[in-house]
Amino acid sequence: MSAQETIQQAVDSNDVVLFMKGTPKFPQCGFSSQVAQILGYIEVPYHSVNVLESDEIRNGIKEFSNWPTIPQLYVKGEFVGGCDIVREMFQSGELAALLSEQSIPFKEPTKV
Amino acid sequence: MPMPAAEIERLIKVALPDAEVEIIDLAGDDDHFSATVTSSAFTGKTKLKQHQLVYAALGGHMGGTLHALQLQTLTPKLES
Repeated sequence: MSAQETIQQAVDSNDVVLFMKGTPKFPQCGFSSQVAQILGYIEVPYHSVNVLESDEIRNGIKEFSNWPTIPQLYVKGEFVGGCDIVREMFQSGELAALLSEQSIPFKEPTKV
Repeated sequence: MPMPAAEIERLIKVALPDAEVEIIDLAGDDDHFSATVTSSAFTGKTKLKQHQLVYAALGGHMGGTLHALQLQTLTPKLES
């Protein structure tokens, strides 16, 4: 299976997919770690792909989304963004709105 | 092979002539920057499309020559 097919299958068969450097428990890059922390904080179940395990995936994902960097977050097969965008969406409430709209379970952050 | 801030600004302004570009070198290594780009070209576009416009302006450098660019995109405040 080509890298593009592997990527397509991952985003088709999981509601939320995070392509990252490392794993949620052991992120290997600050930006990947930030997105994994956000997803962990709102307790949304997600599938993570460690792009460091495969150069084909690491480069293929950039072509797949026309986005030059890692991490990359996908919701229901749609590319949402990298670290900056996911953080901005989290802070503005847009991420929660997107997940609700797609009826994906998560824990609403408590307003302080 | 790092990339100087002036080059980043130049490339962005070639693609987005009206852009105001503010760049902060986060690590002093010409490799980790934070940039705020304001341009009318972003108007009506999603954040994702706005960032893609900036990455397109940087050509193939993003993720290669330039390791990290924390990006914020803004549309110009309309003077009332």
